[in-house]
Amino acid sequence: MSAKVKDRIATGVIIFFSVLIIAILVGMLGYIMVRGISHIDWHFLTSEPETIKAGGGIGPELFNSVYLLILTLIITIPLGIGAGIYMAEYAKEGRITASIRLVVEVLSSFPSIVVGLFGLLVLVNTFNFGFSVLSGALVLTIFNMPLMVRVTEQAFHNVPIEQKEAGLAMGLSHWKIITSILFPVALPAIITGTILAAGRIFGEAAALLFTAGLTTPKLDFTDWNPTSLHSPINPLRPAETLSVHIWKVNSEGLSPDAAQIAAGASAVLVIMVLLFNLLARWIGRLLYRKFTSIK
Amino acid sequence: MNEKQETPLLFRKHRAEEWIGRIYTTFCVVLLIVIIVSIVYYVASKGVATFAINGVSLSQFLFGQTWQPDSNKFGALPFIFGSFVTSLLAAVIASPLSVCAALFMTEITPNWGKKVLQPVVELLAGIPSVVYGFIGLSVLVPFLRDVFPGQGIGVAAGSIVLSIMILPTITSIATDALSSLPRNLKEASYGLGATRWQTIAGVVIPTVLPSVLTGVVLGMARAFGEALAVQMVIGNAPHIPTSLFESASTLTSVITLNMSNTVMGSVQNNALWSMALILLLMTFVFVLIVRLLERRTRI
Amino acid sequence: MKFGKSAVLALTLAFSVSLAACGNNNNSSSGSNASDNASNASAASNTASTAPAETSLSGSVIASGSTALQPLVDQVAKKFSETNSGVSIQVQGGGSGTGLTQVSEGQVQIGNSDVFAEEKIEDAAKAAELKDHQVAVVAMAAVVNKEVGVTNLTKQQLVEIFTGKITNWKDLGGKDQGIVIINRPSSSGTRATFEKYALGQKTEDLKGSIQEDASGTVKKLVTETPGAIGYLAFSYIDDTVQSVQYEGVDPTTENVATGKYPVWAYEHMYTKGDPDAATQAFLDYMVSDEVQKGDVVELGYIPVSDMKIVRDIDGNITNK
Repeated sequence: MSAKVKDRIATGVIIFFSVLIIAILVGMLGYIMVRGISHIDWHFLTSEPETIKAGGGIGPELFNSVYLLILTLIITIPLGIGAGIYMAEYAKEGRITASIRLVVEVLSSFPSIVVGLFGLLVLVNTFNFGFSVLSGALVLTIFNMPLMVRVTEQAFHNVPIEQKEAGLAMGLSHWKIITSILFPVALPAIITGTILAAGRIFGEAAALLFTAGLTTPKLDFTDWNPTSLHSPINPLRPAETLSVHIWKVNSEGLSPDAAQIAAGASAVLVIMVLLFNLLARWIGRLLYRKFTSIK
Repeated sequence: MNEKQETPLLFRKHRAEEWIGRIYTTFCVVLLIVIIVSIVYYVASKGVATFAINGVSLSQFLFGQTWQPDSNKFGALPFIFGSFVTSLLAAVIASPLSVCAALFMTEITPNWGKKVLQPVVELLAGIPSVVYGFIGLSVLVPFLRDVFPGQGIGVAAGSIVLSIMILPTITSIATDALSSLPRNLKEASYGLGATRWQTIAGVVIPTVLPSVLTGVVLGMARAFGEALAVQMVIGNAPHIPTSLFESASTLTSVITLNMSNTVMGSVQNNALWSMALILLLMTFVFVLIVRLLERRTRI
Repeated sequence: MKFGKSAVLALTLAFSVSLAACGNNNNSSSGSNASDNASNASAASNTASTAPAETSLSGSVIASGSTALQPLVDQVAKKFSETNSGVSIQVQGGGSGTGLTQVSEGQVQIGNSDVFAEEKIEDAAKAAELKDHQVAVVAMAAVVNKEVGVTNLTKQQLVEIFTGKITNWKDLGGKDQGIVIINRPSSSGTRATFEKYALGQKTEDLKGSIQEDASGTVKKLVTETPGAIGYLAFSYIDDTVQSVQYEGVDPTTENVATGKYPVWAYEHMYTKGDPDAATQAFLDYMVSDEVQKGDVVELGYIPVSDMKIVRDIDGNITNK
């Protein structure tokens, strides 16, 4: 076989596999959408789930997912960015920095189920937060923080050194340089990274089974007192998220339309994750353009 | 530096700012360390209890093949075996696909490939694992049941679902490695009259191999720790399977199945924590391998 | 480990000290006039929908545990809070093991369980602290794939299937089709009940058998897999699967109530010692006729009040 023929065959194989990957994704998305999208309407998105009757919705679950995400981001963003800045600006190359980097790497590769079990043991039982939004958010923080650290560190490293030098020349303190010169430049990359990480939080289920629980109390959307049990924003109430709901309906569902609900909820979940992806790209481009045009 | 009267005001303000910044960022880093230490400590204290308090022998746990909690037999080998086999198989399936996708994006049609395949791979990474499990159970399992002997559920189904889940991890790392390859390396090869495939097979692949392996190991690490999707399609029988289409278990699937049914402090519950500890230790092993591979790339 | 236990504890505590301040206030503040509330509540709840006046009761109750029992408790809790606005009831899942752990540790007021606490908690003293409240009966039946062609199985036949002695349906008068066992994991309460009352013995997990904890998944697999056998609670059984007679007895609610059909178990709600007033009122409401004849039946359980027989933990049956 001549080299040319081999080349053609190899190219063919590579293209075939690439097309196969695209086909897998398109097939999966198509399957989810075709089965699910007909079930999605306003009622489905807003009403409460039913235990044994047909026609249940995913309203509280959708709210829980979003609320849990927001709470997690409120906790993670300041902490993750703080640690990221330390790594990028303060850490001196050496043993300690190397081991912190190792910590971040290990923390981000822990299986979600192990972190969930840790949450069950420590947050739910020892600290007695119970199955709650707070336990869930703290566990998600453990996942999300290493990602934020990495994103922040990368973003700071990518800031041109001249900008930092300009700040030093002006006699600013290091912290001032970080907050008023480097941070704004790094911001677009940080925001993009945060939104992408948010997509991952949104789909997480294994860890939340053990921390945020499988139930949601009846929510009263007129009651915004965070200490009331029926208040949607009470951080100490149990909260079943959308992905946990899919798992539960799929496995324990008693209602006659359980399969359709699982399909519909999967479609909603995938659409949300797609939106996060698109949003991240769009905002990233927008901010990039804005910052480059200022220059 | 001494705090003296004549220190300029601006300078003092700087110092205060500097301190706030330093303390805050250091606090964040310390928090990371606290988290990891507590995770390791708590999981280890539970996981070790099986052997220290309940008196299960370590060798029986690691090498015993019978898992019968009711008659005090806690052999976890079938689960350990299942975890390794499924993640290895997943890597075996996903690696060639990923490398092809990466080559397609960098060597064959850089423009078109980046525009279409890159977003596809990113989207695959974003799909939640419950959805993978759902599709696995509703599409893949019936398909395998019809085509192959057995019940559809089993090692093969688990590995295939996992392989699609880890595809993005390997692909993105391989793509990064390929696109950072110095141009002149390839140009030299083409200059010698080599075809594209000869260049890829002879120059490109050997150069990026350690990086690709890093991606494969990271993918395996992810597969090793994945719980819900695997649990839905693998069958969960506590035995070492003799065929790809036979029901088997992984460490994660056994933990999710039994954790909530058992009372904390009981032997069976502690044994599940010991498995969580194995998962934890394996994470360290995977990270270590990645480190070693990265060191090789740098040289 | 380099770190001492206390050092780690201190670190973790430091990390959570700010959060601990807002920790769950679980010590349910028992109602101010506790003595008369309990009876009032159950009396009032019988006419609940018309009498929302009963509000003297206050406190917070958390129930966690069994996912099988959770829909019922959830639904009843919602109704209960409508008439007792002073009582907040939170229902959490987590599984029988979790429920028993948490009630035993005093983290929740009620632990829901599919099995007797003595069967799960190894420490007998701890198990003895818990007080059992039986609120419903769940019965289960063996189900097979519809193509199998078998509608009755004896105890002996079931044992031979689940121990792997019979591997083909033709030996049981059915089609020539291999038997696929869809079992539950060894820790499952459903499996414990099935083994205890249908098989009369513990069984080992067979090679190649499938284990799923979730009833929905079991049903799906039995429906789709040729030659499959599993077991499901009555509430999950519909015409997509073939339910099987046990020793010639139909799996029906009546047969369970009269004691002719033995494969059933109580659903338990455990409290640690005697419950406080709010918890007691809720438990009373749980066994009131309104709930037993309404929600319990609606969700596919069998009311405890309908049972003509009583069975203890060792399986001894006495007539009521």
